[in-house]
Amino acid sequence: MANEAAPALIGTSGDSLREAFGKALSALADEFPKLVVLDADIAGGTGVHHFRKSHPKRFLQFGIAEQNMMAAAGGLAAVGLIPVVTTFAVFCLRAVEQARLSLAYTRRNAKIVASHPGLDVGPDGGSAQALEDIAAFRAIPGMTVISPADPVETALATRAILEFEGPVYMRTGRSPSRRLFGEDHTFKIGKGQIVRDGSDVTIVACGVEVARALEAAQKLAGEGIRARVVNMATIKPIDTELLTRCAEETGALVTAEDHNIHGGLGGAVAEALAATVPCPIEFIGMKDVFGASGEPEELATVYGLTAPHIASAAKRAIARKRK
Amino acid sequence: MAAQPANLQKADRHLTVEGRDLETDLARAAAFVRKHSIASIYHAGSGHPGGALSCADVLTCLFGAELNLWATDREDPNRDRFVLSKGHAAPALYAVGAQYGFCGKKDSLRLRKLGSPFQGHPHVLDLPWVETSTGSLGQGVSVAIGMAMGLKLQNKSARVYAMLGDGELQEGEVWEAAMCGAHHKLDNLCAIIDYNKLQSDDRNDNIMRLEPLAAKFRAFDWAVAEIDGHDIAEILKTFRRASATHGRPSMIIAHTIKGKGVPTMENVPQWHGSVKLTREQAEEALISLGAEHSEIRELLDGQ
Ligand SMILES: Cc1ncc(C[n+]2csc(CCOP(=O)(O)OP(=O)(O)O)c2C)c(N)n1
Ligand SMILES: [Mg+2]
Repeated sequence: MANEAAPALIGTSGDSLREAFGKALSALADEFPKLVVLDADIAGGTGVHHFRKSHPKRFLQFGIAEQNMMAAAGGLAAVGLIPVVTTFAVFCLRAVEQARLSLAYTRRNAKIVASHPGLDVGPDGGSAQALEDIAAFRAIPGMTVISPADPVETALATRAILEFEGPVYMRTGRSPSRRLFGEDHTFKIGKGQIVRDGSDVTIVACGVEVARALEAAQKLAGEGIRARVVNMATIKPIDTELLTRCAEETGALVTAEDHNIHGGLGGAVAEALAATVPCPIEFIGMKDVFGASGEPEELATVYGLTAPHIASAAKRAIARKRK
Repeated sequence: MAAQPANLQKADRHLTVEGRDLETDLARAAAFVRKHSIASIYHAGSGHPGGALSCADVLTCLFGAELNLWATDREDPNRDRFVLSKGHAAPALYAVGAQYGFCGKKDSLRLRKLGSPFQGHPHVLDLPWVETSTGSLGQGVSVAIGMAMGLKLQNKSARVYAMLGDGELQEGEVWEAAMCGAHHKLDNLCAIIDYNKLQSDDRNDNIMRLEPLAAKFRAFDWAVAEIDGHDIAEILKTFRRASATHGRPSMIIAHTIKGKGVPTMENVPQWHGSVKLTREQAEEALISLGAEHSEIRELLDGQ
């Protein structure tokens, strides 16, 4: 259960979520003999070069042809394997329809794991920064959508998606990630976690924004505002039970994601609460604009995704509470 | 299920009708497939007759003679797989399924109706024997690629077949799949192009030229055969040859006539679909396909 103190930010581990994912896949391969990994010429980028090395026979190269790769995953699953499609988040977008028809409509036990989401991509620039993937995949019936927050959680989520039966879209990350969780961390698909407790406002975050949300909560604490932080690593199905509890107990929310504010985590939270316990929500994310080249931290500052931005949003949300 | 020599199983299936040879049987079955397709499209009030009629002979040969696949053992992991990549020809697939016991003949006339598993395009969760859901052109062949790769990985000898439309070849994904199949030496994969020269709006030539078609697939390093897609003996022979191909996937370019068997529909782009057949048009079509009066009544009224 949550404690009042934030989990220590252990600083930059040098380990990105993609690395954590790639290493976890290799480690899990013997336990999941049906697992096969699909790549479109960017194994080094997605972290699955580890798997290519450890399990070359189960590493399937599709070349730079994401649509064929995505639909072929449906065929691999149809004959009893567990395909894990890997590419950058932005290139998953060009195969959304293949994921829809050949993975989701057919309810295949196939996984899509996308690295390089959002501003976390950094210097590759606006063309490479997927801001729409959560929205697109969340809109597909039956598709589970996950965005873990740190390397430990990514490894746990990798196991969880392999144990889970059904199509999953999971985001990893490119840049070195802050360690938020210890080895005792747990992950369950569909469950959010309160990672810092508070009663004035709840910050619901996923991916890289969880670390920033914790920073924001720390900052707010200095101003006498007690912010709760929820790590919402599963965006679909969203943990409505936890959200309604947070809405009831804190009366205002902020959502924070490295994604367009339309259709992603913010949209999912708003949908869930509009139908249950409506309350003020402020949305942190890309404000319907494309990104640009720069380091992730610089970009976060320019586009309003940093801890100070989240803290300001928290104050706005609190101010909007009905007296 | 116990592994048996594949040829024995294939042969066994065709010893069911006394005193008739395989080709005559298949020709009759294909005629049924055409009649049933027309009837189901008539009942549906919409659907795609042209491309169902053009692929009827190849489909019938596949299910009637080529595929190691039994209605009685659909779950067999060693079964051959067939993917209808041109999913809009679903009425023909359902008719073939009805002919070979995968579904009921009457049931499958309930095409495109609320609550019916016979959706406008095949859906594997409704009908497991269609193997995957299709309807978005260009995807089925990729799914077939995945199946072929997966079967090879698991050391299974089963084969995978996919039927594509010619217009479908304009999808870039088909060429991604073509490269992939050759690169991975998927000799357990056999694709068939229903080369009826027409697509939705017009002739291929007027929409987006495909020729030189065989040369394209040869250049992609597929084993290519060009055949008359209405000649049952030739179809069967070509499938045998494809099965014996090593190191490369096979592509059978089946020259066909869109609307084959119904003179008013043959080679007329407007009969691609989706069309509503009047009672008179349905009857006329069934007569051209050789249906007797009683069979017409049964197909059109026997619901
Ligand atoms: C991706 C995609 N785009 C468009 C369509 C709409 N559509 C359905 S059938 C068809 C024409 C197909 O022509 P062809 O592949 O030659 O089929 P056939 O002539 O055998 O009916 C089109 C454009 C579709 N089903 N999928
Ligand atoms: Mg055609």
